[in-house]
Amino acid sequence: MANKLLTITNLTTKVEDKEILKGLNLEVNKGEIHVIMGPNGAGKSTLAYTLMGHPRYEVVEGDILWEDEIINELSPDERAKKGIFLSFQHPEEIPGITVENFLRTAKAAITEKNQSILAFNKLLREKAQLLSIDEKYLSRYLNEGFSGGEKKKNEILQMAVLEPKLAILDETDSGLDVDAIKIVAEGVKKIKEEETAIIIITHHNKILDYLKPDVVHVLLEGKVVKTGDMTLAREIEASGYEELKNQFSIK
Amino acid sequence: MEKKKTYVEDIDRGIYDVKNEVRYSYKSEKGLTAKIVEEISKTKNEPQWMTDFRLKSLEIYNKKPIPTWGADLSELDIENIVTYIKPDTEMKHSWEDVPEDIKKTFDLLGIPQAERASLAGVGAQYDSEVVYHNMREDLAKQGVIYTDMETAIKDYEEIVKDYFMKLVPPNDHKFAALHGAVWSGGSFVYVPEGVNVDIPLQSYFRLNAPGAGQFEHTLIIVEKGANLHFIEGCSAPKHSVINLHAGCVELFVKEDARLRYSTIENWSRNMYNLNTKRAVVDRNGIIEWVSGSFGSRVSMLYPMSILRGEGAKSEFTGITFASKGQYLDTGTKVVHAAPYTTSSVNSKSISKGGGHAFYRGLLRVAPNAHNCKSTVSCESLMLDNESRSDTLPIIELNNDNIDIGHEAKIGRISDEAIFYLMSRGISEEEAKAMIVRGFVEPISKELPLEYAVEMNNLIKLELEGAIG
Repeated sequence: MANKLLTITNLTTKVEDKEILKGLNLEVNKGEIHVIMGPNGAGKSTLAYTLMGHPRYEVVEGDILWEDEIINELSPDERAKKGIFLSFQHPEEIPGITVENFLRTAKAAITEKNQSILAFNKLLREKAQLLSIDEKYLSRYLNEGFSGGEKKKNEILQMAVLEPKLAILDETDSGLDVDAIKIVAEGVKKIKEEETAIIIITHHNKILDYLKPDVVHVLLEGKVVKTGDMTLAREIEASGYEELKNQFSIK
Repeated sequence: MEKKKTYVEDIDRGIYDVKNEVRYSYKSEKGLTAKIVEEISKTKNEPQWMTDFRLKSLEIYNKKPIPTWGADLSELDIENIVTYIKPDTEMKHSWEDVPEDIKKTFDLLGIPQAERASLAGVGAQYDSEVVYHNMREDLAKQGVIYTDMETAIKDYEEIVKDYFMKLVPPNDHKFAALHGAVWSGGSFVYVPEGVNVDIPLQSYFRLNAPGAGQFEHTLIIVEKGANLHFIEGCSAPKHSVINLHAGCVELFVKEDARLRYSTIENWSRNMYNLNTKRAVVDRNGIIEWVSGSFGSRVSMLYPMSILRGEGAKSEFTGITFASKGQYLDTGTKVVHAAPYTTSSVNSKSISKGGGHAFYRGLLRVAPNAHNCKSTVSCESLMLDNESRSDTLPIIELNNDNIDIGHEAKIGRISDEAIFYLMSRGISEEEAKAMIVRGFVEPISKELPLEYAVEMNNLIKLELEGAIG
């Protein structure tokens, strides 16, 4: 199918000999917004890191199929070039490298084209404006001394500049107040192209008020145990994971 | 290009490794005797006091023990080092007159281009003697003196006599004594009262001959209210035998004067770099050190500031990069000898491939030096698990009325930071280089542009091939 972007089958991953994902299945098509919910320790962030290719997350079984290619063994930079983007829950601080220089290097790497400073700066400033990011952040060192909200906004700015086919937002809403969630979520909405797929990993529904998901998944003990629509997210918000846990005999 | 294996793995250091045929008009015997020292002095036509000074230094050298702290110097055998090699040319004032192969070396290092573009004067030393010297005419008219030490002894004997090795006396340590006995070449700069030298002067030292020592002497006097930026660059091609560099730098910063002294030392991996640098600063004077240590097998280098006038100030910015087979023991010493003096130390080191970077610093505050301020920050970054970093900052406070801040950080390059950058499409190699560049950024921005570029190139050179 021409719309197919990501198909995960029976994915089992280990982190330092501990199995975290235990046969996870997931299908994401172009342009779709998926939500992954689940209690702490269910494997949500592991899924995000595994998709991005973190070397500590070892795939022991199953496949990650991207378009027509199995990408289990690809390095993170190769995955980024294919169009996968991860908005980090805790973005790293990189002293001495400005946001501007970093993003120009990244854009050149991903597009495999040199970025002229002038043209790139224009693009960067447009995107920053779109996300109401003050220009002065662009000449600051990457994430250094940024507040939680500033870091998250900066992640979305990176997404805007790098224009991925799939953006995984790993708890982009956590640690943000209601107003900040609104700014970030509306920012994502503005930069989302028709074809851009998004996987939102979250504990809360607030972000879903702005980014209407097509599919909602519940992750428990390393597996997707239930898939539905926004109604599922509302149910969980109201009654938690207990009922589902009992249903799947998870303690 | 000739490639010989020593225990250090060969990496192509590009232009730094270009070796020329060794042609000389005079070369001393290996080892060190009074006869050799007398001959050096005679070849140079020195006044008697300097010959005596050399011989006295040799006596001290013979009595002093090899230091037992810091680097292991057991493989350094002075009997196998040629102390004096005079290249087969006299000092020239135009690059056109410098012999072709020597000129080509400096061309490759970018020295004449830099002179045209951004320098007020240039001196170039090849092996033991200075082969080129030139300075802008208007500075000469204002009384600025910039020449090699040999000429200085002839033309400005009284000044040299008053200052030469007064700040670093031969009995300071064994290698200072060695320097006193066999010193050759180097720079002499005198900036008269109130003169502002608005663009930098630069000296470049190139050691071409294998198994030779380089013992250049730099003497800079900046008179009351004057201002100077002096840049020194050093390099040598890689030979398979041990070389020794025991230079000496003496900086006199008078009342209200300001001196910025920048060096990048990029010696080859067979070099023992045992260099002594010291500045004394009078009332409200300012010394700024910018110091980059890259090459060499062993370095022991601790530029020292003695703040002897009230309100004197010292700023030290240093970067050390130790790769495979290198032990770089570097740092700085500051002595607050007067009230209201201030100092800041900002040191960064990187170690890689089993290299060992050791920060050794001293901060001493004299009993009478009340109301002093000092901040010391040293950071180390290790790029892998085989490399080592140590920090030994010694602080000696002899009064209570002072304000001292100290911060030391040692860390490894973070896998998470590399992953973060890679997740944006940046290759592992480039990600590491970016993190290193970011780490040294506060230092590169202190360097003159062409040196910042050189430093970034050196970092790139150091990182290439080491990351897989």
